[in-house]
Amino acid sequence: MPEPTPPEYQLPGAARTPQNGAVADTGMGGAMDLATAEGETLERPPDAGPPERDAEGDAEGAAGERARSLWSDAWRELRRNPVFIVAALVILFLVFISLWPGSITWMSPLKCELSKAQEGSQPGHPFGFDGQGCDVYTRVVYGARTSVTVGFLATLGVALLGSVLGGLAGFFGGAGDSVLSRITDIFFAIPVVLGGLVLLSVVTSNTVWPVIGFMVLLGWPQISRIARGSVITAKQHDYVQAARALGASHSRVLLRHITPNAVAPVIVVATIALGTYISLEATLSYLGVGLKPPTVSWGIDISAASPYIRNAPHALLWPSGALAVTVLAFIMLGDAVRDALDPKLR
Amino acid sequence: MGRYVVRRLLQMIPVFIGATLLIFLMVNVMGDPVAGLCGDRQCDPATAAQLRKEFGLDKPVWQQYLTYLGNIFTGDFGTAFNGQPVTELMASAFPVTVRLTIVAILFEIVIGIVLGVVTGLRRGRPVDTGVLLLTLVVISVPTFVTGLLLQLLLGVEWGWIKPSVSTEATFGELIVPGLVLASVSLAYVTRLTRTSIAENKRSDYVRTAVAKGLPRRRVVTRHLLRNSLIPVVTFIGTDIGALMGGAIVTERIFNIHGVGYQLYQGILRQNTQTVVGFVTVLVLVFLVANLLVDLLYAVLDPRIRYA
Repeated sequence: MPEPTPPEYQLPGAARTPQNGAVADTGMGGAMDLATAEGETLERPPDAGPPERDAEGDAEGAAGERARSLWSDAWRELRRNPVFIVAALVILFLVFISLWPGSITWMSPLKCELSKAQEGSQPGHPFGFDGQGCDVYTRVVYGARTSVTVGFLATLGVALLGSVLGGLAGFFGGAGDSVLSRITDIFFAIPVVLGGLVLLSVVTSNTVWPVIGFMVLLGWPQISRIARGSVITAKQHDYVQAARALGASHSRVLLRHITPNAVAPVIVVATIALGTYISLEATLSYLGVGLKPPTVSWGIDISAASPYIRNAPHALLWPSGALAVTVLAFIMLGDAVRDALDPKLR
Repeated sequence: MGRYVVRRLLQMIPVFIGATLLIFLMVNVMGDPVAGLCGDRQCDPATAAQLRKEFGLDKPVWQQYLTYLGNIFTGDFGTAFNGQPVTELMASAFPVTVRLTIVAILFEIVIGIVLGVVTGLRRGRPVDTGVLLLTLVVISVPTFVTGLLLQLLLGVEWGWIKPSVSTEATFGELIVPGLVLASVSLAYVTRLTRTSIAENKRSDYVRTAVAKGLPRRRVVTRHLLRNSLIPVVTFIGTDIGALMGGAIVTERIFNIHGVGYQLYQGILRQNTQTVVGFVTVLVLVFLVANLLVDLLYAVLDPRIRYA
């Protein structure tokens, strides 16, 4: 039985109340805590009432325009939000240079001249050289590809696995739901960096797949918990009862009525999670268990530059800056999307 | 209350078994535990078979898992690469990491809560927006980048601190590493406190307190803070376990000889017993912290224990 949590137990802004499970999901780090907290505030219980439309919206509706959905409202909101525009432009640029890194670089990231090791900025080499004499600018540009690939694939896997499992558990309830909740508890019990150390230290592959697989393995419970809560909330709405009364099948109720209304928190959490996965990949690579050379990754470059921090800080600062801006862009994007999807803020 | 405690204790048992099983499977099924014992060379088949027999790795997986579980309960974590028992390494490493965690938690409590209260009471003002933006930036920058930057600035450029920590790792030396370790959680604590305060500020009991004519100071400390800090306290509690697990990055940057350092050595030398032993203990710490926090929650908020 899915327990309909009475709203008075939901402490404002609480990361977790003991009802949500036996183990807190703090093991993924602060950014993920932020993501889940933001996602949870989007779950709207039925007794909260429908979002109030402003007078302007009603006037437009009366003027013969089609009633705007939550999504078109959100899109209008987003287009006017400068934070969203900046974050989206940064992300589009990242995607562009990961698809066509050759468009703004003219060298190979693996071509290094040891004689130029640790030298600073020069014409043609704006970011200088790292400890092995490789061009830092080229490596930073090519590093984006790895980070974006890992981030997108890991998020895709986590979002699919987590939302399907969590959604089904929330919808059907019963024994399957209890089992899934206990399993998510088990995964939450292992702090993510530690799990990465244990699992990835025994894997010898040189590709990005073990890292992505590991993130999906330890990441899905987060989304699953969010999706479950969101589906349970959506299930209590009157239109679901109505659809059932009209004889709609399980799959129709789930796909047509619940999914569109339960997907918002998942999208917000997944967007922010994408940023945290990029940061996690860099952290694991920094610790030497994530990606391995010759893969070009910001984490590897930062790790390689840290011994030369006195003589060549630029080799450390550029990839760190790129990493920080990327993660920030995804978190800002998720934050902006959350605000746009929250009817209470209109 | 008694029933609640018993229920939480019972709930922890499957989580503990599942988590240890997960760690065990990760190491023993995905990897090869004897691979590291022959150094960088490939083990020759006869030696490998002998080693397998010696460590009981030729037995079925479930039997190995039971042995592993039995060893945990008797406090036997095997031997490290240099022949020292892993428990001895733990005895030298854990006090350092615990000190580091204490420093980090103090930063979270002091800075996080103060900033949260200040911004929560001044919601929408420039101070609030500024701090909120700053917390997002701090959350976004990965810990190892923050750590390396602070080490570069404070340690190398300005010379305020020594860039690396000595083996004694006294509290004084751990201030900057503690701040780095705490940074992300600190930002989150700020946001959490802010939301909680801002939400409770509109509640009936605060309005009543104000209407009674109580001084603002008393309203804030007695009525508002007490209720608003419940989620914050529980977050900080569960964060203890996460911080000890995350300390590996900070310890690597500042060369602190704590749990992270030993774990890292274990990985470099492919010594499974060290890695699994330390990780198991850290997971246990995380679970116990969770349990204590839930009990604390029930003490602080009666709605939980009667639920």
